[in-house]
Amino acid sequence: MIRIASLGRVLAIAAAASLALTACGGGTESDGGGDSAAPTTLKIGFMGDLSGENSGIVIPPRNGAQLAVEQYNAKNPKVKVEMIPYDSRADATVAVGLAQQAIKKDKVVAMVGPAFSGESKQVGPVLEEAKIPSISASATNVDLANQGWKFWHRVVPNDGVQGPAIADFIVGAAAAKNVVVVDDKSEYGKGLGDAVRGQLKTKGATVSDDALDPNATDYSSTVTKISATKPDAIFFGGYYAAAGKLLKQLRDKGVTAKFFSADGSLDKGLIEGAGAAQAEGALIGCPCRISTATETDENVKKFAADYKTKFGADPLIYATEGYDAMTAFLKAIESGATTAEAINDAVGKSDFDGVSKHVKFDPNGEPSAKSIYMYEVKGGEIGLLGDTTTAKLS
Amino acid sequence: MFDNLLGSFWPYTIDGLVLGAIYGLVALGYTMVYGVLRLINFAHSEIFMIGTMASAFVVMSMGLTHPLTGFALVGGLLLMILVGGFASAGSAMLLERIAYRPLRKRGASRLAALISAIGASLFLQELFALVIIPHAFNRPEQGRNQMGVARIMDKDVLFSIGGADVRVDQLLIFVAAIGMMVLLDQVVNRTKIGRGIRATSQDPQTAMLMGVDIDKIVRVTFLIGGLMAGVAGALFVLQFEVTKFSIGFLLGIKAFTAAVLGGIGNLRGALLGGLFLGLIENYGAAVFGSGWKDVIAFSVLVLVLMFRPTGILGESLQQARA
Repeated sequence: MIRIASLGRVLAIAAAASLALTACGGGTESDGGGDSAAPTTLKIGFMGDLSGENSGIVIPPRNGAQLAVEQYNAKNPKVKVEMIPYDSRADATVAVGLAQQAIKKDKVVAMVGPAFSGESKQVGPVLEEAKIPSISASATNVDLANQGWKFWHRVVPNDGVQGPAIADFIVGAAAAKNVVVVDDKSEYGKGLGDAVRGQLKTKGATVSDDALDPNATDYSSTVTKISATKPDAIFFGGYYAAAGKLLKQLRDKGVTAKFFSADGSLDKGLIEGAGAAQAEGALIGCPCRISTATETDENVKKFAADYKTKFGADPLIYATEGYDAMTAFLKAIESGATTAEAINDAVGKSDFDGVSKHVKFDPNGEPSAKSIYMYEVKGGEIGLLGDTTTAKLS
Repeated sequence: MFDNLLGSFWPYTIDGLVLGAIYGLVALGYTMVYGVLRLINFAHSEIFMIGTMASAFVVMSMGLTHPLTGFALVGGLLLMILVGGFASAGSAMLLERIAYRPLRKRGASRLAALISAIGASLFLQELFALVIIPHAFNRPEQGRNQMGVARIMDKDVLFSIGGADVRVDQLLIFVAAIGMMVLLDQVVNRTKIGRGIRATSQDPQTAMLMGVDIDKIVRVTFLIGGLMAGVAGALFVLQFEVTKFSIGFLLGIKAFTAAVLGGIGNLRGALLGGLFLGLIENYGAAVFGSGWKDVIAFSVLVLVLMFRPTGILGESLQQARA
């Protein structure tokens, strides 16, 4: 998801900003200012859309990151960490200004974020120049990893991984041969739709396509077109509001083909828009690892419980990724790194079991673990089905 | 290229007619106000939105877990339509009182009224996004998100035409919308107040000299237009079961287009334009893909206006003109 992608970027920047801070010897008690004076508190930034229209997918990772910091500080480490949130409102111009502020004024040593891909693209060079490491929890645009940035990382696989993985699942586990791919014409939806189309064709499935306007309400022409091709499966590339309306109108017209979508639709809004009865059985892929009511992984369960105690809500999309991004920095600091560059080196060598996945980075900053998860709507709730490569349909 | 359209001609036609009927109902509000005041009431799309909100509120208050049946269903539907209609009618009259009448009394230009309409439109949208949806609908911090509305009636298939299923809700919407328009047509053509509306739209000065109370006519015009938009809002919620603060924007543009297509100021033209637009949209989508729906619809609008600048029925159909 492009926007989400941006989020990750924000995170990275925040992290990077934090590093810068340490580099400048910004410890509160070290008035000497020399490199030898070890700081006692390091600042790590978190950047993303915290108050705008898409803040719903940025606040969970922000909370996740904050939880990681609090658990770390509670252990009374030698060097404490303070998280500074930067609300970019998903505006790249604002994000760049905030990054400058994080580097020069707040002197952060690392940055978790920025959250979305657009702002990530703009903020990346700023952090790179200041040598501040960043880890995004949600920026999924493919290009971000191809910029040659040494200080940039993300903990989610990119859109180029997600689309084909979902397509493999559609022809594999779901055994569909005749698939309709609909997108919402957005940068995210079309890109993802095309990735799915390409992989489906490679796998020998028959693909028909259509596009819709996410702001419209009547999708009857799309539904009629889909209905006429009698598909086994339908994939929608777009956000949950449109996905809900489309799914409802499909089911009301008697189209029973399996309905697939991706991370942009992984929200309860899908069920609200479609109606619980119509949403039943909808399948949603996501590079994110969300804990659901039927969670079996102890690690994730514990995270979900801690998160709920702290924030009074269930951890939603990218909360585990936000936690893992921050944890990568905290582990680096724990290992003795106190400057931005030292933290970046340590993060590059990360190799630990996070909540969302095993955290390890490729040289270009991409996560080594490229799992895409499949979620299913059951009884009005979104439940985890499993990794797309191993999950089975019931 | 045309296989898809020919293969599914009836489903496209039925969906087009149902949506077109809703366009037509909303278009009436634009066309009536234009007929009487020569003003494009851009806030009319928000009057429609208020209708969807009011009827969504009614459904929400019922706390449905299952769709209704029998008399409960009839009662529920009537309540939805009445509340939607009156909420919109009331808002439309209030809008006229606050946003238009003061300007009209001071002899402001029509451009000023147009700006006032745009301002009112934005004001109403933000009012719902910031205040009413978070509080009255108890959705804090979600004022800009789409709201799902519970299903009030089962959407069973009634019968088939040429392989296309006609659902009970679709038939209901179509019949209700056409019924409302026929009723309005009769009111305008056969009652005293209707004569007043027609007289004012032909020549306000002379109508005033003949003893027509222009203020009253304008009030009634807004009331009727609002009522139609509110009913359209309720029917919209019945079919799509979603609404949001900006739901009126796109539909308002379509309805305005329908009014122009049929001949603005012309009541029967609004209906015809609505149905025509609904069909063209769907046929265009069938041939070129749904992504091209609006392009096709508006290209047809331009073509029609090139050859019939006053719309399909023309502006001068005095009998039906409001």
